[in-house]
Amino acid sequence: MSAVPATYREAVGLALADEMEEDPDVFCLGEDIGAAGGVFKATVGLFERFGPKRVRDTPISEQAIVGAALGAALTGLRPVAELMFADFAGVAFDQIANQLAKYRYLSGGQAVVPVTIRMACGAGLGFGAQHSQSAENWFLNVPGLVVVVPATAGDAYGLLRSAIRDDNPVIVLEHKALYADKGEVEQGRTVPLGQAEVVREGEALTVVATQQMRLRSVAVADELAEEGVQVEVIDPRTVAPLDMPTIVASVRKTGRLVCVQESPAAGSWGATVIARVAELAFDDLDAPPALIAADDTPIPFAAPLEDRWMPTKERITGAIRRLASL
Amino acid sequence: MSAPEPSSEDLLALHRRMLEIREFEDEVQRLFLQNVVRGSTHLYQGQEAVAVGACSALREGDTMTCTYRGHGAVLAMGAPADRSLAEILGKADGLCRGKGGSMHLTDVGRGILGSFAIVGANLPVTCGAALSATYRGTDAVSLAFFGDGATNIGTFHEALNLAAIWRLPAIFVCENNLYGEYSPIAATTPIDRLADRANSYGMASAQVDGNDLLAVREVAWAATERARAGDGPTLVEALTYRQRGHSRTDPAAYRPEGELERWLERDPIVLFERALVERDAATAEHLATMRSEVEREMATMSARVRTWPAPDPESRLEDVLV
Repeated sequence: MSAVPATYREAVGLALADEMEEDPDVFCLGEDIGAAGGVFKATVGLFERFGPKRVRDTPISEQAIVGAALGAALTGLRPVAELMFADFAGVAFDQIANQLAKYRYLSGGQAVVPVTIRMACGAGLGFGAQHSQSAENWFLNVPGLVVVVPATAGDAYGLLRSAIRDDNPVIVLEHKALYADKGEVEQGRTVPLGQAEVVREGEALTVVATQQMRLRSVAVADELAEEGVQVEVIDPRTVAPLDMPTIVASVRKTGRLVCVQESPAAGSWGATVIARVAELAFDDLDAPPALIAADDTPIPFAAPLEDRWMPTKERITGAIRRLASL
Repeated sequence: MSAPEPSSEDLLALHRRMLEIREFEDEVQRLFLQNVVRGSTHLYQGQEAVAVGACSALREGDTMTCTYRGHGAVLAMGAPADRSLAEILGKADGLCRGKGGSMHLTDVGRGILGSFAIVGANLPVTCGAALSATYRGTDAVSLAFFGDGATNIGTFHEALNLAAIWRLPAIFVCENNLYGEYSPIAATTPIDRLADRANSYGMASAQVDGNDLLAVREVAWAATERARAGDGPTLVEALTYRQRGHSRTDPAAYRPEGELERWLERDPIVLFERALVERDAATAEHLATMRSEVEREMATMSARVRTWPAPDPESRLEDVLV
């Protein structure tokens, strides 16, 4: 199939529609995803096309949404639940961390749990501290979950299709500041879970970044390329499980590692990447790895505060120059 | 419509199932006292008529979820007693390969979607299983057991509301055993009749003597018929009593004097034996024989299961992701 232009938002809707078209067991449930088309308009048109049975509006009951998805999956369906804002995962944390993630293990492998949970994450739009978090790190300490963080329309489409087809619980974090970004979608093409993408090749230093931070890092790398410095940018795309072979291979080549993330440092995927690289490729490092993280504060509201809360292009550039001794 | 009149054979099978659960739980308790079982356990003695009565209204294709006090419900659904005990003992051939333990007995192939160890967590899961039935257009139902304490946790309200708004074929069976862990229900719950909570969700409800097997069966039958007909969910409050403490470390010293004794007089097995004799379904002698048969069977089974092998430590790494 040929690629079609689509925004990140449209890519999500296309992936849902294509999966529902192909598999009658796939259905969506969530708050205002049906008649209203979703608060981020990612599900526009699905209700009209597939009807209320397969695009189900729910009450504001995040625990019931996730638990019902689990029960439906155990009885043969492939639910795609939307939790609207990723911050709301806190309301359903027991259902996600204790029930969904552990079901297969606690039953001794009696069942598969093909549940997809979509949620909108990310800061930068002035939504305040309870509607802006990049919640992926909350789930890293819970074995049994796959967590994906698409940065582009193509990945939003391909990863979501893979998530729905996967027999594990998969959390898909869609970055709300990226919904309007334009890209290309190759319909029918899935992006494998657990596989990083080398977005930009280089020898000077390895940057590992996701979503907005990936886009910023690529922009920084493009600027440095004008000085003749080639930075390698890797987007893990899946943060659980992490594609360490791809990252380690890159660090062995460049000898330098910077992780850039839109969340505080403690207990994060960036910290995990650095710890793993220290274990697996310490002798290949020419400089201490750096974690460029958001501040250790709740996410502030006002623009001058929020803009500085997360890593800026200037901070990313500064870290790269320092590590590469430029 | 009332439940089909059970034959004498049916009645005796139901009775035997209650005896099996009682003996199973007594054996688990003995093994605990001998330090053969790790962790904690939550026993079901005294509540057998709820699980056996309610599950007798289910049929193949239906599903059930229950709680950490779930041995009785799991056995009532027909899970093999030996593999259930093996799971509690952490054996390789336990229902869950030794990964779940007492609080997580699960047998998906028999419709036993699981024992959930977080209070109330199974209720939304039962909604999902019921949703599958409506999605596929089958007449399967899903039944959830939970305690009185669960009626104060958020999932109870979210699940009942969802089931009602979607008219799901779900049956919510609240086993009101008068105590939420160590606290008497009056200390935690401002109403006396928990079945009334259904009113908030426009849901049918019933309160039933949970120690009367046939009464529970009748109410559960009506609820399953309502669900199968597409008329939505039911909340059943079964009044019963936990004859043991909350868990193995709990001597239940908080019970008022005489309470246990009064409930032992209403022991569901004793009541049912009386009913069987009154109906001429069995003689007292026959019932005594059955009881000692079940005792022997369980003792033999337990001795056998205790010799089963422990899991290979490497198996701990399996079953996380597909």
